[in-house]
Amino acid sequence: MKNIFVCVKQVPDTTEVKWDTEKGTLKREGVASILNPFDLYALEEALRIKDKDPEVRVIALTMGPKQSQEILKECVSLGADEGILLSDALFAGSDTLATSYALSRAILHRGDPWIVFAGKQAIDGDTAQVGPGIATWLGLPQATYVRKVESLEEGKAVVERLTEEGYERVEISLPALFTVVKEINTPRLPSLRGKMKAKSFQPLLWSAQEVGAEEERVGLRGSPTQVKRVFSPPQKEGEGERVEGKPEVLAHRLSTLLKEWKVL
Amino acid sequence: MNYNFTEEEIMVRDTAREIAREKILPVRQKYDEEGIFPEDIVKIMAEGDLFRVFIPQEYDGLGLSMTAMLLAVEELSYACAGIALSYAGTSLGTVPIVMFGSEEQKRKYLPLVAGGGLAAFALTEAEAGSDAGGVKTRAVKDGDSYILNGTKQFITNGGVADFYVIIAITDPTRGTRGATAFIVDKGTPGLEFGKKENKMGIRASATRELVLRNLRVPASQILGREGNGFLMTMKVFDKTRLGVAAQSLGIAQAALDAAILYAKEREQFGKPIATFQGLQFMMADMAMKIEAGRALTYAAAKDIDLGGGDPKITAMAKAFTSDTAMAVTVDALQIMGGYGYMKEYPLEKMMRDAKITQIYEGTNQVMRSIIASHLIKETK
Repeated sequence: MKNIFVCVKQVPDTTEVKWDTEKGTLKREGVASILNPFDLYALEEALRIKDKDPEVRVIALTMGPKQSQEILKECVSLGADEGILLSDALFAGSDTLATSYALSRAILHRGDPWIVFAGKQAIDGDTAQVGPGIATWLGLPQATYVRKVESLEEGKAVVERLTEEGYERVEISLPALFTVVKEINTPRLPSLRGKMKAKSFQPLLWSAQEVGAEEERVGLRGSPTQVKRVFSPPQKEGEGERVEGKPEVLAHRLSTLLKEWKVL
Repeated sequence: MNYNFTEEEIMVRDTAREIAREKILPVRQKYDEEGIFPEDIVKIMAEGDLFRVFIPQEYDGLGLSMTAMLLAVEELSYACAGIALSYAGTSLGTVPIVMFGSEEQKRKYLPLVAGGGLAAFALTEAEAGSDAGGVKTRAVKDGDSYILNGTKQFITNGGVADFYVIIAITDPTRGTRGATAFIVDKGTPGLEFGKKENKMGIRASATRELVLRNLRVPASQILGREGNGFLMTMKVFDKTRLGVAAQSLGIAQAALDAAILYAKEREQFGKPIATFQGLQFMMADMAMKIEAGRALTYAAAKDIDLGGGDPKITAMAKAFTSDTAMAVTVDALQIMGGYGYMKEYPLEKMMRDAKITQIYEGTNQVMRSIIASHLIKETK
């Protein structure tokens, strides 16, 4: 069996989240929770590998409160074979270091990872640190921002990483961890049989003790990051210039400005 | 309204809705304009297990209710009635095998459909439309097989289906008791495809002629018994015509929704046109007819699911909902005025698509004849 772990996270649906300007926090009440969209691409990539290789087992893994099992059900409805929920009061307040530590212990506990996939980041925290953190804890090589898995062998993969200037082609030994960008694929929709399977699916529920996580490395105690205050940066007052008129007038003004700024 | 659908039925509805809104909506205009058969969407529908809905569990299906299948058809038709027809047409070609097929035939064909294979039902001919008794296609016995000759017309999924249920005359002296249904695989020598029809609506659906030239079919491919072709066809239609009702509901609901959203945005005389009573009454009338049709359709489906089924009621549902789809698309387009008439908006397509629902699987005049003949027989 080739185990592919997919690390997923339940996040608030940011298309619905409103900002509380007075408190400087997100209004989370009544906002639906969804599977982090980038993780969906990670899952899809794992499922595509499984579609071609019956030896592959796709294991969805998340850490969070009990209701996070909903996203594991969603993963199962899409085709994941297993779902593991790491849930324990001890994990409360974990930052990215503590979270990646806990997830790495869960992966070791389930055992024998061939590939670990994660989305490039979660849309709530936007840190992009948990994926790389897991690789570090596990001592695995990693490639972030993967936009294509070009080839895959038992002990080696070639992937393309998206960079600001273009892309890098990387040969990497397996086991390894990949974080993926949305360019990598188009996720499938859940099938009826998947939904029916998910309906009665119960994820494995693991505690800190179960996975052998040391207490001082998780939760607030294991988190060097302390959130002092969350606020939105002050909005910039508009300093732009509004030009109106016929196209030739607009074009003239634009070319003058571009020359002034030494762009042209 | 709460129709007391089961959890599984709601799952089917939601799955079809996701496919319809996410995968079909963005491409429907292109497929309609170019008249392309939606192979990629059929694949998505198959991956979503929609074809398994009407296949029994022992043949790789999910063995769900008639209601579930209709919910899928309604949702798919909401986005595109033409694309939905590749699905509904397959059920029309498959239900006869579910109902009358031998164990061997079921094992051969039902798992194929469950995985996304397409089917077609071929009855109509140039001179045999509403009068199915006018079928000229002949099947002549030759040893252990039959030789079929003739031309079938307006066949949904023609050319793309993996197998065809074809009605042919085995005994011309016995009238409607002389017709037999044959299952013919695509690629059988003598099964040729003729003219591809250029249609007013449902343009993403493949509609073609089947030309049968000395088509040799083994006797084992007879569906049911020899001479039973018409009887089986009527029994199949008595159920499957609810598929046209579901398709009509999808079209009508989509047209009404589009018109209301437009009326809320569009301002004339300084206010949204949705505030004008003349248009409000049109909306209310449309919604009443749609909901009445939906109630009738799903009540008829539930009756079938519980082992009953009344041909008169399914005929009522088909005629009422398709007349509603036609009327509603016309009125919804009227609400949208000049914009509704433009191809950039979906209403003109919906109006073209709606028209066929009054015509196929029995015209609405034939539906009324069925209703009346049952009424006259039953009322004592």
